[in-house]
Amino acid sequence: MPYTDSTLRLLNQDGTLVQGDGLDQYHQAISHLTEADFREFYRVMTVVRRFDVEAGNLQRQGHMALWVPSIGQEAAQVGSAFASRPQDHIFPAYREHTVGYVRGLDLLDIIRMLRGVTNGGWDPKKTNNFHLYTLVLASQTLHATGYAMGIGYDGACSTGNPDKDEAVMVYFGDGASSEGDTNEAFIFAQSYQTPQVFFLQNNHWAISVPVRVQSRTPLFERAAGFGLPSVQIDGNDALMSYAATRLSLDAARAGQGPHFIEALTYRIGAHTTSDDPTKYRDEDELAFWQAHDPIDRFRAFLERQGVEGSFFDSVAEEADDYAADIRRRTLAIEDPPLEDIFRHVYTEDHALMSDEWEWLKEYTQSLDEGQ
Amino acid sequence: MHELPMAKAINEGLRTAMVENNKVMVMGEDIAQLGGVFRVTEGLQEQFGPNRVVDTPLAESGIVGTAIGLAMRGYRPVCEIQFDGFVYPAFDQIVTQLAKQTARHEGTQSFPVVIRIPYGGHIGAVEHHQESPEAYFAHTAGLRVISPASPNDAFWMIQQAIASDDPVIFLEPKSRYWHKAPVDDATPALAMTQAAVVREGSDVTLVGHGAMVSMLLQAADVAESEGVSAEVVDLRSLSPIDYRTIEESVTKTQRLVIAQEAPSQASLGSEIAATMTERAFYLMEAPVLRVSGFNTPFPPARLESHYLPDVDRILDAVDRSMAY
Repeated sequence: MPYTDSTLRLLNQDGTLVQGDGLDQYHQAISHLTEADFREFYRVMTVVRRFDVEAGNLQRQGHMALWVPSIGQEAAQVGSAFASRPQDHIFPAYREHTVGYVRGLDLLDIIRMLRGVTNGGWDPKKTNNFHLYTLVLASQTLHATGYAMGIGYDGACSTGNPDKDEAVMVYFGDGASSEGDTNEAFIFAQSYQTPQVFFLQNNHWAISVPVRVQSRTPLFERAAGFGLPSVQIDGNDALMSYAATRLSLDAARAGQGPHFIEALTYRIGAHTTSDDPTKYRDEDELAFWQAHDPIDRFRAFLERQGVEGSFFDSVAEEADDYAADIRRRTLAIEDPPLEDIFRHVYTEDHALMSDEWEWLKEYTQSLDEGQ
Repeated sequence: MHELPMAKAINEGLRTAMVENNKVMVMGEDIAQLGGVFRVTEGLQEQFGPNRVVDTPLAESGIVGTAIGLAMRGYRPVCEIQFDGFVYPAFDQIVTQLAKQTARHEGTQSFPVVIRIPYGGHIGAVEHHQESPEAYFAHTAGLRVISPASPNDAFWMIQQAIASDDPVIFLEPKSRYWHKAPVDDATPALAMTQAAVVREGSDVTLVGHGAMVSMLLQAADVAESEGVSAEVVDLRSLSPIDYRTIEESVTKTQRLVIAQEAPSQASLGSEIAATMTERAFYLMEAPVLRVSGFNTPFPPARLESHYLPDVDRILDAVDRSMAY
């Protein structure tokens, strides 16, 4: 059983709300959400999942070297992303497509990176502080912590105004929790009491290695050992993801130091398109999680709220249109200019860059002339 | 103009940079109350407070990783790594993150992080406290690597490193920390990317950096007494390397000897030898010679004088070069 007695949940798989002791603060945290917000949660999850399928297809058709699917993790992401505030800074790992979408990222930029036309893809200043994907596991946990230290030094948190106080959220996974950097990030965050939330999506697999190899201790308990207020939530419950993140981020921004959330979810797809999970996962486990699908759960919730069937149809149509647009624009991506090899390696002149670029230009030209 | 030991000159350089720009901050292990194990940051926390002079947890990857985040926030962090041999826990953050962030961000964000590393031998210390790791960093695109050889250069180059929008590895030749020399705080030194001819000569060019420069100058004095006129070039910048200055010197002398404490295998000396062979093959009267540490781990301190290049080994190379 992947859930534990500590797993916090607001939404059952059948779409009913969970009531109970200790859940008041979480219900309170979502009490300002309207039906329009709920519809938006559903719309985003559905569009991004459709995008994800399309991107996988594009990879299979040779338009990308690699795709990184996030199917199954939409609820953990949509809830936490909507719980962040505009002034917050988000440091993703590389599977946070839904978070990026919520923050205003053009998802084509992820495709541009994985297609190999850039090693970055976007300017975080133009994506509502959604920072670049980081491929070296856990490196971003320290960048986020350093950024949050800076917020503290700037006095840009802890004033008591949640609409102005800034905070940082960093995403990482169960595999990355074993990296030294994650542990160092916990230590630095605690030492400097940073305004920061560590959001761990435990999708149960680091490529082929199950989470029990990473830790015999539930991961939220490990973080608690560092002194971080920590919770374990049902990561396929968008409402609980929203509630827990909202409370943690607002506590952090108010000066209560770093917080930690472990969202239990599942990587329904492969690690990447280069992976073959049938070699290491059993079908029962996959079936369990397919039966706990986050979008199905949210749809059941909306239907119980009386949302009409045509809404779901129109969202499906929008998702198809979005995927078609992504396909069209992917096929139109041009290769970067040769000069990009040397551009931006340094901000100021560096003799090797200019010498080698001059050489490459002449060499390329000589080949052209030889033909 | 006043006389300062190099450690104090760096301290003065840091202080000047911190006064000029309140985004400059220093961070590292034992740097605040203690002022660093070499006292390079002594008195800075008193003057600038705990938010700008930050004692960190004992975790080098954490120091560099959080410095990257601070740079994103608009700070200009100067990290101290306590000793050369302790930089490796931070190597991943330096190589995969810091060095590549500017390119990854396609120029929309700069990463003005300076990493100060006391390096090199001659102090009789225990293992991991005497190494010369410059080749790792010079091999990594996106980093600038510089090393001062004199207090005056140390005072100016630390300020230039902090002012640079690129990440800079600032290698401090720790055996020179206590060596006093005049510092001219009114006249800026050469740009940190340039090499300097620190002694003129006409028969052979001797190239080195950091603590090796004073060794080369001593060797040049002895050579002079033996009738050989040696020109000494202080590299100052290890990435990029100022080949123009080396080439000008070699055009004159037609002979080149490179000295370094680091092992020769895949070293700065090897790189310079290869490049100068490509650029100045027909100018040369002799093959480029390297004088290096041996290709072994740094030995126990009682053997370091036999491991590190000394005046005699440099003169031996000069003799071999002149024999062609």
